[in-house]
Amino acid sequence: MRKVTFNSRSNRADVLILVVGLLVMWKLASLLLGPDALPGPWSTLVQLKREITAPDFAAHLAETGKAFFVALVLAVLGGVAIGLVLGARRLAGDVMEPLLIALYSIPKISLYPIVLLVFGLGISAKIAFGVIHGIIPIIIFTMTAVRNIKPVLLRSARAHRLTPWQTAMHILIPATVPEIVAGLRIGFSLTLLGTLLGEMFASQRGIGHLLMLAIDRHNPPTIMALALLLFVFATVVSIGLLRWDRRLRHGTLT
Amino acid sequence: MISAVSDNQRAPSRNKRWTGWRDHRVVLLRLGLVAAIIGILELASRLSWIDPISFIPPSSMAASAWHILIAGTYREDMLLTLSSACTALVLAVIGGFAFGLMLYRFGRLRRVLDPLLLSYYAVPIFVLYPMLIVIFGLNRWPLIVLGFLFAIVAMAVNTLNGLERIPIVLLRTARVMHLGRIQEIWLIKLPASLPFIFTGIKLAIVYSFIAVIGGEFLLSGAGLGYQIAFAYNNFDNQTMYGLMFLLLLFVGTINLLLHSAEQRLYQRRVLKEGA
Repeated sequence: MRKVTFNSRSNRADVLILVVGLLVMWKLASLLLGPDALPGPWSTLVQLKREITAPDFAAHLAETGKAFFVALVLAVLGGVAIGLVLGARRLAGDVMEPLLIALYSIPKISLYPIVLLVFGLGISAKIAFGVIHGIIPIIIFTMTAVRNIKPVLLRSARAHRLTPWQTAMHILIPATVPEIVAGLRIGFSLTLLGTLLGEMFASQRGIGHLLMLAIDRHNPPTIMALALLLFVFATVVSIGLLRWDRRLRHGTLT
Repeated sequence: MISAVSDNQRAPSRNKRWTGWRDHRVVLLRLGLVAAIIGILELASRLSWIDPISFIPPSSMAASAWHILIAGTYREDMLLTLSSACTALVLAVIGGFAFGLMLYRFGRLRRVLDPLLLSYYAVPIFVLYPMLIVIFGLNRWPLIVLGFLFAIVAMAVNTLNGLERIPIVLLRTARVMHLGRIQEIWLIKLPASLPFIFTGIKLAIVYSFIAVIGGEFLLSGAGLGYQIAFAYNNFDNQTMYGLMFLLLLFVGTINLLLHSAEQRLYQRRVLKEGA
């Protein structure tokens, strides 16, 4: 997307400025609105510690983790497979692309009742909801990457008489890994969002359920603590994937 | 974000020569595919392959949507959702443009904020919605702020993207003409980065609607999203599917219009650059 130089020392200073700046703004907002409405950074951390040490927290976390992990694996495998097919078959790709973008742009949350009616209450509905959210960007990224692959690679696949399966495993996937990782970054966050939303509506367990409980009980400290937990988790994974993405891109350029 | 990438890459590489009848075939196939899917769902529901109570046939959905439109029961909710999303959108477009301009002007600010911008959409922003309710109260403002927060970064990033791609010669022309700062933005920067800004606006529209309807669905007292959730909780599947149908139709139409307008903008730009 945009190129950013990773200049080690100034980079570290920048990150420090960003984190401190965010904390200061948070604290100021908390003072302005009153600590009852918006707890400050420190009290949120204390609350987070209390939440994590609560006896049933581990079970909730495991539940969310399981649903999220299964959904992510399904979204990645399915998204890459569909993306490869749609990328390799030009016509199929042209037919499907606007439909996929349209699907991406509808508020999928409003389709939740259908998912529930199809999958019933429970973990499968959560997983399905996560997959629905996450799979589309992965498909689109993979498809675009396969389309922009160097023709010489495809020609050499044909020269070696590779089967479609071999072409996918030895040519298409290795050549498109950077874009797949880029799609994975967006797919990751949307899958997380989908899983959490699924838990908020129709579940008796999981982080999303805890969030919904906190909303019902008007409990801002817990909401903030859980939000902070999710924010940090999502940001850390996202930055990790971003670095991986950059390194892969760097590798393909040289 | 994703459609921005795919559109940018695709528009220039499109092969002009045999687009004519091939494009028509693609459109026909696409329509055929959608019709086939709807037809299969209709059959599956009518013949009870899937439970016709939990998934009513698409034709009944359309009929229900038509009744809802004619009766006008939900007109107020629709207008409320529309006005909230539009308020969020206007705020996000203006704010996002100013923000993008600022990021472009101050390199340092941009370097500091870069990790935030890149991982912004990785964070499920909906978890902030309850906090917004606590802060603003249970009215329309939490929804508007949610839509604004969800849309502004896409707008800012695309504005920045467009500003960075302004040909240097145009900026030099501005300097030669001794344009003031406002004039330069209005006469040079805005028109030159228009396609990218348009992509930003398109995403902002999509995101503000997603956020407002999603927020209504989660927790609110009125609006289209709320009515869908309400109908669902009351096992009123006719109304629920009717409202969903209307929502999909509305979002789909907007999306189609924006997509074709965007395509035209990029093509014009490509032609200009090629000449």
